[in-house]
Amino acid sequence: MILHPGILALFIGEGLVIAMSLYASLLGVEVLRRWDINSSSEEQLRLERRTYLISTLMMYVMFYEVLSLFLYIYTLDSIHVIFVGAMCATGTLNANDIGWYALYIKIIVFFLSSSWIAINYLDNSAEDYPLVRAKYKLLLLITPFIVFCGFLLVKYFLGLKPDIITSCCGSLFSDESKKVSGSLAGLPIKAMMVTFYASATLLLPLIVLSITLRNSFLKYLTAVNSFAFFFISMLSIISFISIYFYELPMHHCPFDILQDTYGYVGYPLYSTLFTGVFFSLISGIVEPLKKIQSLTKTVERAQKMWLAISAIGIIAFVTISTWPIIFSSFKVDM
Amino acid sequence: MKKHYRILEYALSSLLRRKYKNLALFFIYTLIVCLLSSVMFLTHSLKQEAINVFIDAPELIVQRLLGGRHDLIPLSYVDTIKSFPGVATVTPRFWGYYYDSLTGGNYTVMALTSNASLNLITGRMPEEGECAVGKGVAQARQLDINDALFFTLASEQKLMLKVVGIFTANSSVLTNDLVIFDKNDVIRFFALDKAKATDLMVKINNESEIATVANKIKRTLPDTRPITRSEILRTYENVFNWRGGMALVLFCGALLAFFIFAWDKATGLSAEERQEIGILKAIGWETSDVLTLKFWESTVISFTSFLTGVILGYIHVFEFGGTIFVPILKGWSILFPPFDPMPYIDLYQIVVIFFLTVVPYLASTIIPSWKAAIADPDTIMRT
Repeated sequence: MILHPGILALFIGEGLVIAMSLYASLLGVEVLRRWDINSSSEEQLRLERRTYLISTLMMYVMFYEVLSLFLYIYTLDSIHVIFVGAMCATGTLNANDIGWYALYIKIIVFFLSSSWIAINYLDNSAEDYPLVRAKYKLLLLITPFIVFCGFLLVKYFLGLKPDIITSCCGSLFSDESKKVSGSLAGLPIKAMMVTFYASATLLLPLIVLSITLRNSFLKYLTAVNSFAFFFISMLSIISFISIYFYELPMHHCPFDILQDTYGYVGYPLYSTLFTGVFFSLISGIVEPLKKIQSLTKTVERAQKMWLAISAIGIIAFVTISTWPIIFSSFKVDM
Repeated sequence: MKKHYRILEYALSSLLRRKYKNLALFFIYTLIVCLLSSVMFLTHSLKQEAINVFIDAPELIVQRLLGGRHDLIPLSYVDTIKSFPGVATVTPRFWGYYYDSLTGGNYTVMALTSNASLNLITGRMPEEGECAVGKGVAQARQLDINDALFFTLASEQKLMLKVVGIFTANSSVLTNDLVIFDKNDVIRFFALDKAKATDLMVKINNESEIATVANKIKRTLPDTRPITRSEILRTYENVFNWRGGMALVLFCGALLAFFIFAWDKATGLSAEERQEIGILKAIGWETSDVLTLKFWESTVISFTSFLTGVILGYIHVFEFGGTIFVPILKGWSILFPPFDPMPYIDLYQIVVIFFLTVVPYLASTIIPSWKAAIADPDTIMRT
């Protein structure tokens, strides 16, 4: 165990959100069992009041997940010095495999809890709360993820063993075989570039069409496409976007761009990507909800807004990633 | 957006109406943030200082161990190590500590080696019978060029040296406690064995071969301990992480008490506040609006206290040298130089302090806020 302030902060935070989401699901179970919108009993009033608490708790959990994702990566980056051969967050993650899973689960939790907030928003705009049951079922699905993520995170950090000077000799002789590598291998640059720009040029018109036309199929298609775009973009960041920021052909790290050496460009890069992808996805996810009469109008209005935000996000993301490719003096032979 | 702005405006005015209650919260909150940020800033600058000391350190230092303790290393090892492929140079170092009873501090006395990266302010590097001192030492002893400096250990071991140079180094520790002698003076003064050195400094051409060379030295000369620079840096990183973390763990009790205090403050609404919420709801505010109001109230308190606390912590550490925590965090008791941390703010530090204070605080106010917000206007105004 490394007694690092960042790790302590993550432990405290994870403990809090686990407690909060467990409490929220506990309350949610009761709402699921007893909810009856037509009743005017005191019980129903109590439950309705309780929903406010649950949504506030979830809102908090979501914000925490977004922020802690960055804190997690930042902490990994700041402790990389204590591992032999680690050069950035990647090295720290490689020191113990669980770290990668914790990172993936954190991203999933982020998407799930944001979806919950979006659905909650729709539900609250309708007078008869048509989505209450669906909402709390989803909550019960999210909670295990949050708990699991916290568990992995704690297990990961507890399992880290720093390489330090021991009393008899340098530590490097004890576990030389387990050296971690500091960088990720990238995919072929040219192929990845073509895929990236092709998928971006496919996705953007799709979003625009989804905003203007009322076709359901288009919404689904956009969602699926943006989902694919997310993975393509992640791979592209590793493959070629990062090297243009680093101006080093061999440096593919997806985390170093978050550092001040590179002007914190990773933050706008990742947040525009996450925003863009999330809002396209959620517009597809809520499409079936249009069938509920009291929601049709709200969903349509929300979809238009969300898709517009998504388009802005993706345009911004592509612009930021393309910027150094066009304007920097750094050129890669492909 | 406009709605939030209005609610924020209302939140500010309602906070001002209950000045004293909120001031108490603000003071304790600020104090907590100030303590935490002092610990973080101080740990960080100590770490930075340690890195500065070792950034110019040789890639590899070879010491000899005797009975598990550091011992003088025979000069015959120099040629053995030099014969390994990949080794550029092997330089023996001669150094020791000297307690100066006049200033009550420890000096590091070192023989001149070629690669010492010291920036001479005035003068030159010493030859036999001369010495060069760090700027801090010169100030403490009020020395100038051509002044004489007297060193004594025992009746036989004493030296009167002429100061010929004053230097600074990248790290204030080195600037403040280093004295450079000629090699022969060091050997004579410390009465060292002529065939032995304190340790060996190994320069290696290719950085990625350091571990291999170190391994080879350890195997060929089993009584030695090769220490690489990255190991020293890693160890220091850990030591200071541990010290800072330890201080934070000690603070956990205080933090917990604070969050309970915050919870209590948020729960214990006065009759007046209760009535206010009742009236708001009666005139058409919804539960979610009251929740938003409460959220803005705690955000305003949090951010004001957080910023004030961080600024106070900054002043405490970088203007007053972190007086309260230096003894816990610094660790070495008679470091002669006054420690002046370099003012530096790392975004990461701020984020960690934020996560340790604001995040739990906001969490602890959720349930009390909700309890206040769901209250029935009718019931409230009747009581």
